[in-house]
Amino acid sequence: MGNTLRDDATQNNSTLLGADELVVNMGPQHPSTHGVLRVKLKLDGERVRGAECVIGYLHRGVEKIAEHRTYQQFAPYVDRMDYVAAVSNGLGYCEAVEKLLNAEAPPRARVIRTILTELQRIASHLVWLGTHALDIGALTPLFYCFREREEILKIFEKYCGARLTTHAFRIGGLQYEAYDGFEKDVERFCKDFERRIQDYVDLLTGNSIWIGRTRNVGVLSAAECIALGASGPLLRASGVKWDLRKAQPYAAYDQYQFEIPVGANGDTYDRYMVRMEEMRQSRLICLQAIERIPEGPILGKVGKVLKPAAGEIYHSIEAPKGILGYYIVSDGTTQPYRVRIRPPSFVNLQALDKMVRGHLVADVVAIIGTLDIVLGEVDR
Amino acid sequence: MPDESKAPQSPEGSKPEAPGASPAPTAPGAAKPAPPPPKAPPPLPIPLNNDLSARYRERFGAAILDALEDRRQPYLVIDSLQLSDIARYSRDEEKFDLLEDFTAVDWPRREKRFDLIAILYSFPHNTRLRLKIPVTEGERPASLTEIWPTANWLEREIFDMFGIVFAGHPDLKRILLPDEWQGHPLRKDYDILRQDTAWVRENLGIESGQ
Repeated sequence: MGNTLRDDATQNNSTLLGADELVVNMGPQHPSTHGVLRVKLKLDGERVRGAECVIGYLHRGVEKIAEHRTYQQFAPYVDRMDYVAAVSNGLGYCEAVEKLLNAEAPPRARVIRTILTELQRIASHLVWLGTHALDIGALTPLFYCFREREEILKIFEKYCGARLTTHAFRIGGLQYEAYDGFEKDVERFCKDFERRIQDYVDLLTGNSIWIGRTRNVGVLSAAECIALGASGPLLRASGVKWDLRKAQPYAAYDQYQFEIPVGANGDTYDRYMVRMEEMRQSRLICLQAIERIPEGPILGKVGKVLKPAAGEIYHSIEAPKGILGYYIVSDGTTQPYRVRIRPPSFVNLQALDKMVRGHLVADVVAIIGTLDIVLGEVDR
Repeated sequence: MPDESKAPQSPEGSKPEAPGASPAPTAPGAAKPAPPPPKAPPPLPIPLNNDLSARYRERFGAAILDALEDRRQPYLVIDSLQLSDIARYSRDEEKFDLLEDFTAVDWPRREKRFDLIAILYSFPHNTRLRLKIPVTEGERPASLTEIWPTANWLEREIFDMFGIVFAGHPDLKRILLPDEWQGHPLRKDYDILRQDTAWVRENLGIESGQ
């Protein structure tokens, strides 16, 4: 492996003992890279002087496939990008196509979509929390997190038959009506979850090992986040009170009260606190939403054959990992001319190099964990 | 600005005259339901005349080729030679501080084959603006990495998928496909079943990845 990392800035202040720099490969088969991510680390002893990501191992050409499918046929493919938050991907895609068609989902569909998407946000954050804690050495939270995630997946399964790649929504609304007892299940989960989240807090928040491994690790300032395009919890942990659900509400988010948690230092600990609070807020949104799910149809009139007028649309949502955008160009036929997916994980991963510099090798694991990437979405 | 009007109108228009390297292409879209007779499309997009477009026009004159609005989303069609200046102005004066996305669209029948699409977001104003930059094949548009560092990977992806080379990019190489791969898959003349068979044979030891 040649030393392909070129960064003159780090060359100058790097060699403490005049030792040669070492390039070490991490991944693509490495348990803490959360998939097939390969990182070339430039090391000076235990210090990291730079990191270069090698990605694409999971590239399936999703955007190319989109050009050869009808709008409806492509919908299941988006579930397979961020496969721990398939519902959010589907929401973004369906809403983008609806905007392209100048159509809108009926109110009942929008509320049910909001509930499922917020449950998905909790499930996605639980996967993040469990694996992130596991990477750092805390084994217990993983079992707790997956226990609670299981309850959410059961709701998904009862709703649409699938647990992971749900294809829960349809362009124009929903295919399935909420099952009998849907509200009860969501309420039971949300009521219970308050106590569960306290378990994680007890395990981690004040834990001195946890604090030692996460505080001042992988710091990003607000300006750096914006310059690098890092969004979602990364941006909020750096102190930017910004969330697309508030800034440009979609689905039914304008009807609910919730807070945008922010951090102050932009370090791994703050991102942990932000995501924990986001789970609490998602729970509150779900509780508000099941109070009053409007009656009415669940599928708007969009027709069976979708032929959007020639033109283009960009629509983005606040996915669990950040801004998930769809740029769709129609040429007036039943198949999209171009579908561009703006994946939050891909853009956020770009910040890795900046975040790991100066830290120890062991911190790289913590920083990859705190980025909360899913390689299915990075590589598409 | 000859845009959607000159686009291939048929979905099969995206199928190329199978290049030599590709296996016999079958039609993946063959199961497409028979579409009803096309209705007259609504007149889209419409010209954009607001303060924003006026400021851009005043500042850059003829470099703003067109200002349009499609489904209530504004976009400017700009001259690729002025891309850097317009981008810098957008970030510093108009406060579009986030380059939310940067991508490309291939229109093979057009004289300027590619559209670069920059989606800008402004945190202070909570608004978006799209810049559409038509470029010819072989043209080297200026890299935006100096202005928005996030453009680094996004431009590498455009290079990987469309073969557009950005002048001044610090490390322009493929990002999703292997470095030695031949061809740029999101071009419309790259068939969906096509692959770099030589690379697959050499590196994976199989005849086909499909």
